[in-house]
Amino acid sequence: MSLEAETAHLQLDEPVIKRGSWLNRLRILGALIVLLALPWYVYPPVAFDILCWGLFAISVDILLGYTGLLSFGHAAYWGASAYTTGIVAIKTGLPFPVAVLAGIIMAMAIAVPVGWLSVRRTGIYFAMVTLAFAQMLYFFANQWRDVTGGENGLQGIPRGFFGVGLVETDSFYFYYAGLAFAVIGALIAWRVVNSPFGRVLVAIRDNPARARALGYNVDRYKLTAFVISAGLAGLAGGLFAISHGFASLQELDWRTSGKVVLITVLGGIGTLWGGPIGAAIVVLLEDRLATSGFEGTGIITGSIFVVVVLLFRRGVWGTARHYLGAELLARRRRY
Amino acid sequence: MGNFLQYTLQGLAAGGFYALAALGLAIIFGVLGVVNFSHGACYMLGAVASAVLLAEFNLGFWPALLIVPILLFVFGVLMERLLVRWLLPLDPLYNFLLTFGLTLLLVDLVKKKYGVSGLPYEIPAGLDGRIGTGDISLSVYQLFACLFSLAVCLGVWALLTKTRIGMIVRAATEDADRTSALGINVRRWVTPVFGFGIALAGLAGVLRAPNGAITPEMGGSFIIILFAVVVIGGLGSILGAVVAGFLVGLVEAYGQAYAPAYAQIVIFILMALVILVRPAGLFGREEAA
Repeated sequence: MSLEAETAHLQLDEPVIKRGSWLNRLRILGALIVLLALPWYVYPPVAFDILCWGLFAISVDILLGYTGLLSFGHAAYWGASAYTTGIVAIKTGLPFPVAVLAGIIMAMAIAVPVGWLSVRRTGIYFAMVTLAFAQMLYFFANQWRDVTGGENGLQGIPRGFFGVGLVETDSFYFYYAGLAFAVIGALIAWRVVNSPFGRVLVAIRDNPARARALGYNVDRYKLTAFVISAGLAGLAGGLFAISHGFASLQELDWRTSGKVVLITVLGGIGTLWGGPIGAAIVVLLEDRLATSGFEGTGIITGSIFVVVVLLFRRGVWGTARHYLGAELLARRRRY
Repeated sequence: MGNFLQYTLQGLAAGGFYALAALGLAIIFGVLGVVNFSHGACYMLGAVASAVLLAEFNLGFWPALLIVPILLFVFGVLMERLLVRWLLPLDPLYNFLLTFGLTLLLVDLVKKKYGVSGLPYEIPAGLDGRIGTGDISLSVYQLFACLFSLAVCLGVWALLTKTRIGMIVRAATEDADRTSALGINVRRWVTPVFGFGIALAGLAGVLRAPNGAITPEMGGSFIIILFAVVVIGGLGSILGAVVAGFLVGLVEAYGQAYAPAYAQIVIFILMALVILVRPAGLFGREEAA
């Protein structure tokens, strides 16, 4: 294998919108308005699904877009957290943020050995190995019926929130409680990516051999990114379990891992913003298909995936940024 | 002792399916650098196609063994020409994702057409008996599946080592750029090799068809175990794919016999051990890092 094989030649543009610029402020303001207004226009549980999948996609993007690692087994962390959150909430009746925290810790704890083994392989091997380990967890959960409920899953996960009745019973208000945590998750992701640590990750993505030659312990950086990413996936999965009131084997299924990668690619990898946008498209589309009684969602989502990968690799946000970026650069040159 | 032999044969039969399909995966990866996620779906298509041939055209197992791989070869050629080809110059991850999308598409198309419950298929006449005496009694079908896949693997091995085409394919697997530099048109072989790899997955599907229900979902866990197989064997290695295929089949069968709860988990533990001790796989070469 040559050195090139280790480098991910993903089609990525550098961001052109500078931090602190008016455009950036406008963008953040716009996103906040959309997120706050969402449950007025979309059925609140569906809006909540968009939050969860959006955050889940952001966690995948930290690895795929910023570290050059395609994890095809992120359902493991989403699902492990969903189960742990559910078990803690059912057994102790603690408020949901505490239960979700337990889920996050479980997800990160599982990510340490899996990541440690997986980062030994790069590129396409990494995708296959993470997928295989996620499947192992799936079989494990399927066998451990006493705790996970096997094929029935965990039912009746309570939605405790410090005795605030509105949040606990009304999914409209619950959305806003969840939104706070999802935004915290997104801010953590943003902070990670825009830190010196995040720059090292990008250096590793673009040229691992050079990063190693500069004295960075590449494997340790990858592992750290992997565990952080798993923690965010855990946050998303835990919130998802609380919102639905159950956790099932589907949360650990390989299709869940694939779906989140689809969302990430559709939104645009290496952008973070793409995650929530892709999530909104996929979740709303699936909701529409489900309510219209169409069977075979995979025919639609599979086709979208094929088309996106063939023709539209920058994704929605990546394409917008590409053309906006070209426009901005042209204007800067003009002045 | 009789039981142990039976488990061994069962493992070798299942290993044969893995070995055949993994061989196809390894050849495609070697020449095109593509990890075909839809390999499990193609295996499923092979099994479904044999069931459809039986139900609608009254063509049994033996004709299917010939017809289905040809159909899958054509399917593979179309897939390469229409889709995979465009992404070959890019990062292999894109083709991995493309074939994943194709998997979702194929599985749900088959589900829509033939339902989720599964299609019936019976062990063909001549293979339905058992042989052996007293304590030792083996299924003829399993014996056949095991020997047939072994024979096909040997045939492919002979094709690769004894013929000019095989030499080109091996050279391209080794280093596609340098092979082109020697004046060999590697691109010409890309499409047939892809079709051939898909045909092997289809052949594994036909062989597997008499062995229990044929469902659209049967490729799902198959492809993941197949990934474990090629990680264990070393993805670049054709011998590795075959040996690891039979090895995983055996491990799975012994697991099912002696620790049924952990049968499938054992495979992944084996994979973890291989990554730990030999990250490049049992027969893979170390990557330059």
